[in-house]
Amino acid sequence: MHGPRTLYDKLIDAHTVCPLDDRGHVLLYVDRQVLNEYTSPQAFGGLREAGRGVRRPQTHLAVVDHVNSTSPRRRAVAPQEGGALQVNYFAENCRAFDIEYFDILDPRQGIEHVVAPEQGFVLPGMVVAAGDSHTTTYGALGALGFGIGTSSIEHLLATQTLSYKRLKTLHVIVEGATGFGVTSKDIIMAVIRQIGASGATGYAIEFSGSAIAALSIEARMTICNMAVEAGARGALIAPDHKVYDYLAGRPRAPRGNIWRQAVAAWRQLKTDPGARFDRVVSLDAGTIEPLVTWGTSPDQAATIGGRVPDPAGEPDPQRRRDLVRALRYMGLKPGTPMIDVEITHAFIGSCTNSRIEDLREVAAIVKGKRVCETVRAMIVPGSTAVRAQAQAEGLGQIFVDAGFEWRQSGCSMCLGMNDDVLKPGDRCASSTNRNFEGRQGAGVRTHLMSPAMVAAAALCGHLCDVRALRREARA
Amino acid sequence: MEPFLTVRGVVAPMLAANIDTDVIMPKQFLKGIDRQGLGRGVFFDQRFLKSGAPDPTFVLNQPPWQDARFLAVGPNFGCGSSREHAVWGLKQLGIRALIGTTFAGIFFDNCHRNGLLTVELDRDAFAGFAALAEDPALAEIAIDLEQQRIEMPAGRVFEFAITPIEKDALLRGLDAIGSTLEKVDLIDAFEKRHLTANPWLA
Ligand code: SF4
Repeated sequence: MHGPRTLYDKLIDAHTVCPLDDRGHVLLYVDRQVLNEYTSPQAFGGLREAGRGVRRPQTHLAVVDHVNSTSPRRRAVAPQEGGALQVNYFAENCRAFDIEYFDILDPRQGIEHVVAPEQGFVLPGMVVAAGDSHTTTYGALGALGFGIGTSSIEHLLATQTLSYKRLKTLHVIVEGATGFGVTSKDIIMAVIRQIGASGATGYAIEFSGSAIAALSIEARMTICNMAVEAGARGALIAPDHKVYDYLAGRPRAPRGNIWRQAVAAWRQLKTDPGARFDRVVSLDAGTIEPLVTWGTSPDQAATIGGRVPDPAGEPDPQRRRDLVRALRYMGLKPGTPMIDVEITHAFIGSCTNSRIEDLREVAAIVKGKRVCETVRAMIVPGSTAVRAQAQAEGLGQIFVDAGFEWRQSGCSMCLGMNDDVLKPGDRCASSTNRNFEGRQGAGVRTHLMSPAMVAAAALCGHLCDVRALRREARA
Repeated sequence: MEPFLTVRGVVAPMLAANIDTDVIMPKQFLKGIDRQGLGRGVFFDQRFLKSGAPDPTFVLNQPPWQDARFLAVGPNFGCGSSREHAVWGLKQLGIRALIGTTFAGIFFDNCHRNGLLTVELDRDAFAGFAALAEDPALAEIAIDLEQQRIEMPAGRVFEFAITPIEKDALLRGLDAIGSTLEKVDLIDAFEKRHLTANPWLA
């Protein structure tokens, strides 16, 4: 019936209620939605105004993550007036529309994209949407996740569908073994640097290759999470046995016969041999080095051994102006070695890198060491469950002993919508996903990198090569 | 939603690449539960000085662009966060269309759900358009969605493409949920098949 199809096309075909035109628009059925407190209020408000209900309340999961405090002794109320208002309205809406709701003190609370996989709420083959761009994370489980705006949240609540335009497909193949000290964060930063911040705009990416297959599920989440920073509105990795092992026994995962039936179906979720992608990009994992950003867009990155670029070398006048502006904002001189950039803050957290494996890696680097005295360093676990696990493994104590603030979970300084904001001129090594102007606070300078590299920078007081620290530790 | 027919007004140039939604609508304006008061938040950190006074170096604070109804924008405009507040704010500021080469996906959808037209020109056409848009003497333009044309001073015209479904929604200012609910029988039938075939999705 069909010719060979990509995994993306199979998922879209399997969720198409009806075509809307002959230009790729379809009415797409959506299996699950994750809701947060700051992009959902006007959607619920719209339903209330129009007197509409929620079609399938059990398919939505609501988590408070953006505005809550991450203070170790936080309370049930969000710290600022606006945030408190949003949390109250969120709770009220979930009650009124019968949607499962994790409040600030719930042991299942956390950043939505950490919580949803942790709960087994997202399964292979699903189409999942959320009012947050990093919904692409779920591609690591073989689910098509994508971010939507508030009007679409309302549409989805009311109809279980979205009007959707089929994307083009981009195959990113990463072959080979990554070098010592190189993480999945470096892989995705290398992809973004290579194709640019809009390199995948209009595309869904499928990642494959031996370097991707070798990654854990959590490391794959980092890759799919940041695919949106290249403009991709969907990122997929075909599910394998690691996915099934990850999901088995999670609270919302199927059990018994249905589990066996599901796994049998999930094994079919892959791109057919001979299927055509609109574009293919290949990377050699062995050539990837730890990367750090120097600019205000995630594609403005250099290897840790590299230097801040010189705008004078850019022939295109608009791009030269953009570069000059980025360096002015970042307070960096052309030609400065990246390792000479001194930081005031270090932040480990966000839906990109705050899961238990990230924290274990950080602990291995900072154990028995001290954060540089000129640096304020914070670790914000991705969920309350991750925090509990880290406590149980003794990681929390290692962080505290090394001089890190060891906090409660939430988005926190990834975007500073709560009280975790920095001052103008502060310079932060950050395991997050966006180095935009003002992202961590007006005038704040953000350098993106892997959590291991943030840990190393926290100890050194400047950006530094985590591989050197680790070699020392081994010697 | 306000229909988009022919709109006349001033176009302002904002040609930097990758202008993200954090810059368009900074986080301090995301704390509400309604859509009110977002016009002031648009480009807040660039538009206003610390004192709260308008920054005279920012394009939308300069004549003739302070009354802009259109923006000529660089590639990948609207990238980053999904916050629809960025689009609500632009509309509240009086912006009716954005003209560029590429728009970020979520932002594009948000624009169209709110009657904000995004015009995509190819790179060469846009370079020509942007060069004119940077000249304050040529700022008055008209966009005719029905004819898919931008009319510039001195008779210059740029034609643009848009899919019929997007054009129709903008021209008529449709309620998207209402239109979808007309297909509820199709959704019901699909859902039944889908959940029977994949019981773990129920
Ligand atoms: S951690 Fe950051 S990127 Fe992730 S959902 Fe929260 S604010 Fe968004």
